[in-house]
Amino acid sequence: MEILEEKKNKNKPYKPILDGIPDWPVYQLSKNRKEFIAEVTEKALGRIKELRPNLKQLIDDLQATVYREQNRIKRNRWRVDPKDDARFWSAIKSELVELGSKKEEEVSRAVDKIVEKIVHRYASEIAGNFKATSYKLAREAIKFGFLRLLNGARIKKFGAFFRNRYTLRDKIHIVGKVKMIRKLAKQGTVVMVPTHFSNLDSILIGWVIHSMGLPAFIYGAGLNLFNIKIIAYFMNSLGAYKVDRRKKNLPYLETLKMYSNLAIQKGAHSLFFPGGTRSRSGVIEKQLKLGLLSTAIEAQRALYMSEGEPKKIFVVPVTLNYQCVLEAPEMIEDYLQVKGKDRYFPEQDKYGSFQLIKFLFKFFANPSSISVSIGPGLDVLGNYVDEQGNSLDASGRIISTKDYFISNGDININRQREDEYTRMLSQKIVAEYHKINRVFSSHLVAFIAFEIWQKKHPNLDLFSLLRIPEEDLEIDYQEFKTVFKKVRKQIYQMKEEGKINYATHLKGNSDSAIQRGLENVGIFHLNRPLLKNKKGNIITKDLSLLYYYHNRLVGYDFEQLI
Amino acid sequence: MATQSIKSKSQEEKPIGVIGAGNFGTVIANILAIHGPVILYGRNEEAVIKMNLERENRGHPLHENIRAVSNLATIARECDVIFPMVPSAHFREMMRNLSAYLQPYHILIHGTKGFDITLPEGETIESIDKLSRKQVKTMSEVIREESVVVRIGCLAGPNLAKELSQRQPAATVIASPFDEVIQIGKKLLRNDRFQVYENKDIVGVEIAGVLKNIIAIASGALSGLGYGENAKGLLVSRGAVEMVYLGRALGGDVKAFLGVAGIGDLVTTCNSPMSRNFTVGYRLAKGEKLPDILNDMAEIAEGVNTVRIAKKCADFYKIRALITDRLYKVLFEGMTVEEALDFLMRFPLSADIDFI
Repeated sequence: MEILEEKKNKNKPYKPILDGIPDWPVYQLSKNRKEFIAEVTEKALGRIKELRPNLKQLIDDLQATVYREQNRIKRNRWRVDPKDDARFWSAIKSELVELGSKKEEEVSRAVDKIVEKIVHRYASEIAGNFKATSYKLAREAIKFGFLRLLNGARIKKFGAFFRNRYTLRDKIHIVGKVKMIRKLAKQGTVVMVPTHFSNLDSILIGWVIHSMGLPAFIYGAGLNLFNIKIIAYFMNSLGAYKVDRRKKNLPYLETLKMYSNLAIQKGAHSLFFPGGTRSRSGVIEKQLKLGLLSTAIEAQRALYMSEGEPKKIFVVPVTLNYQCVLEAPEMIEDYLQVKGKDRYFPEQDKYGSFQLIKFLFKFFANPSSISVSIGPGLDVLGNYVDEQGNSLDASGRIISTKDYFISNGDININRQREDEYTRMLSQKIVAEYHKINRVFSSHLVAFIAFEIWQKKHPNLDLFSLLRIPEEDLEIDYQEFKTVFKKVRKQIYQMKEEGKINYATHLKGNSDSAIQRGLENVGIFHLNRPLLKNKKGNIITKDLSLLYYYHNRLVGYDFEQLI
Repeated sequence: MATQSIKSKSQEEKPIGVIGAGNFGTVIANILAIHGPVILYGRNEEAVIKMNLERENRGHPLHENIRAVSNLATIARECDVIFPMVPSAHFREMMRNLSAYLQPYHILIHGTKGFDITLPEGETIESIDKLSRKQVKTMSEVIREESVVVRIGCLAGPNLAKELSQRQPAATVIASPFDEVIQIGKKLLRNDRFQVYENKDIVGVEIAGVLKNIIAIASGALSGLGYGENAKGLLVSRGAVEMVYLGRALGGDVKAFLGVAGIGDLVTTCNSPMSRNFTVGYRLAKGEKLPDILNDMAEIAEGVNTVRIAKKCADFYKIRALITDRLYKVLFEGMTVEEALDFLMRFPLSADIDFI
C-alpha cells in the first residue's frame, strides 16, 4: 500500500509573514467593526441612489425587495436567520405604504431613510466577527483535531491517537506558487478565488492560508454553511463574512459588493468562491459570478484614484483537488434533476455536525490525499505579475495596471468598462483553473470509463445513458489500459505546454496507476463509481456518480482520444 | 511611460493614428483629419516621404492635418487612439511589431475585413482539411492575443473608398463591447456626410464584414456571365442566408448580419464593379485564371482567402454553405463558373428563411 501513496511532503512549514495578529488587516477591520459597517452603509446607499436615480424606480425596487424577503421568510427559513426578520420586514412594508400620504418633498427623504435601514441591517448581517482569541483557539482546534484523527485513524496500534507520525501536510498537499503569494501578500492585497466543490472547502482553505504563513483572510462564505453549528463556529472565528444566496434584491447585492470592495481597499486579504455555489456537476467552473469579482476591479480603480502610494490588488486562482467529495451523490442528483427539468431547487444541506465528523474520520483513515494548487498572481485585468508585483505583458514587459483605467489622459470611473473588465478577468481565472488543475489517477480513470461507455452508445443522450442498468456495463481491462495510456500521454504533453498539471502518483507503471485510481475514486461512497470485477474488467455501481467524477476533466478535449 | 500619459496632453489635442496607407486607410485618415491632426503610418519609407512632399496618396489628396510617418513607435507614442487598416494577411505581423510600443490606455479600432489563420506546423492553407475557430481568428482577437490593448473596436459597413473620398453620403458601424470605444469612434468619424451606427457584438460585425466578400466574388461572376438583376437578387438573398449560417457557427449573432455591416455592405459590394472582390469574380467568369487575375491587382482581394477559410470552416462545423463551396471549386479546383451555377440551380431546396 505504501508505494501507492504520494511521496511525503518534505517542505518545512512556512513562517508567518506578519508577526502579531494586531498587525493583520482583518483584525483592524473587526476592531472597528461599527465604524466599518457605518461606512459600508453610507457608501452602499450612495451607490443604490446612483443606480436608481429615479425615485419611482427606487420605490419599485424596495417594494420588490420587501415582497421577496417576506416570501423567503415564509418559504425558506434557516436556522441562522435573525428572530426579528418577520417583524422588521412588515415594519418596512408599512413605511412604504405610508409614503403615499406624504408630501412630495418629504418622500425622497423618507425613502433614503428606508434604504438606509435596510442596508444597515444587511451590512450588519454580512459583516464578519473576527476575534483574535477565538481565531487562535479555532486554529489550534482544527490542527489538533485533524492531527489526532489522522494519526488515530491511520496507525492501527494502541495509543496511536497521540502519535505524530503523520501531519496534515502529508494529507493535504499544497503545490504551486506559494512563495509568490507570500511575497505578494506583503506588498499588496491578495484576493484568492478558489474552485468550489465541497462544503469542506471553506475549512480546508482556512487551514491552507494559515499553513502558508499568511494572515487570516476575510472570506465570503455561503450563509447556509452557518446552519451547521460546528462549521459556523470555525467560520466565525476565521473571519468569514456571510453571503446569503437567497437574497437577490438590489439593496442586498449592492451592500455585499460594497462590503467586499471597502474591505479590499482597506487592505484586507480576501477570499471568495467566484463560482458562487459548489459545482453541482463536478465540472471545473466555466462561468463565474461577476458580482464579487467586480469589487476587486472597483477597489483597484478607487485605490488608484485616491492619494498616496496606491496598493496593488493581486488575484490568485486556486484549485482544490479531491479524490472524493462528500456531497457528490446529492449534488449530481440535483444537477441532473435541474438539467432535466430546469426547475428551481432549494439549497439543502443534509449533513449535520455528526455526519461531518464521521466523514472526516473516514477521510483521514484513508491514504487518499487532497491537493491544493496555488495559481500564479494576476493583476485585476488578469495579467501575470512578477514577484515584485509588476504586471507583465505576454512578452514579459512591465506594464501599468493603472493605464487600463485611463481615458483621455485621466483615470475615470466608467462602470460599463469595468463590467467588461470583470468579464475578462473571470475568463482568465477560468483558464487558470484549467492550467493549475492537478489531475489525480482517480479523475482520469473516471473520465476514461465514462467516455468509453458514452462512445459505445453513440445514439444515447446523457439521460438515456444514465438509465442503462449498471450490470450491463463492463469494459475489458486491456482496452481500458490502452486508452488510459493514450490519454495520460496527452496529459504529459499538455503539462509541458503549461495547459494542465498532474499529481506525481499519476506517473509510473500504468497498471498500478490505474489500480490507484480505481481504489480512490469516490472512495467513501456507498456505491463505488468504479470497481474491477472478478475477470479483472472495469465495472460501475453508480453511473451518475461516475459521471460526476468524470466531469472534472471535461474541457480539455480528451474526448477525442477515446 | 505610464505616469507620463496621465500628465500628457489630453486627447483633444493628441493626434489620431491610422496604420496602413492603402486606399481605405488614406480615406479614413482624411475623414478623421476633418476634426483634428492625424498621423498616417506607411510601411514604405520612400512612399511616406513622397506623401508628405506631394500631399497625395493613391490618387487621394491628403488633408492638411495629416502627417505621414514610417515608424510604428512614433504613432504609438503620440496617439492614444489608433485605427489599424492593413490587410488581414499582414495584420498579425503588424501587431507583433507594434505591440512593444502599446500600453493599456491605447484604444484600437480596426477596419480590416478578413480572417487570420494560425496553422499547425507542417500544414499549409492548401493542405489542411478543415479549420475550426481555434485556428481562425478575427482581427479584434488578434489584437487581444498580440498586445495588452483591451479596448478594441471595429469599423465595418458599405464604405467604398472612392465614394467616401468624393464625400458621397455613407454610413458605417462601430462595434465594440466598450461603450467608450464606440463613443470615441463616433465622435472622431462622424460628419455631415458620414453616419455612424453602434453595435456591441464586435465578433458578429467582424464576421459579417468578412463573409460578405465571398458573395461579392459570386456577384462579380454572375455579372461576368452577363446575367441581370433577377440573378443578383437571388444571389444576394441566398448569400445573406449563407452568411448567417456560417456566421452563427463562428460565434456571431444573427442581428449583426441584418445591419449596416451585413446586408448593407453585402448589397453595396455585390453591385460595385469598383470592388476588388467583384472584379475577381467578373474576370473568372470571363475565363481568366486566378493567378493571372491576382497578379495584376494593386491591393489584396480579401475574398479569395476568405472563400478558402470559410469553406474549411463550413466542413468542420458541418454547415451547408453551397455558394461558398462551389466558389471554392471554381477558385481552386478548376471548376468553371458555368458548372458551378448549373449545380446551384439544380440543387433541391425548400425553406426560404429558417433562422429567425
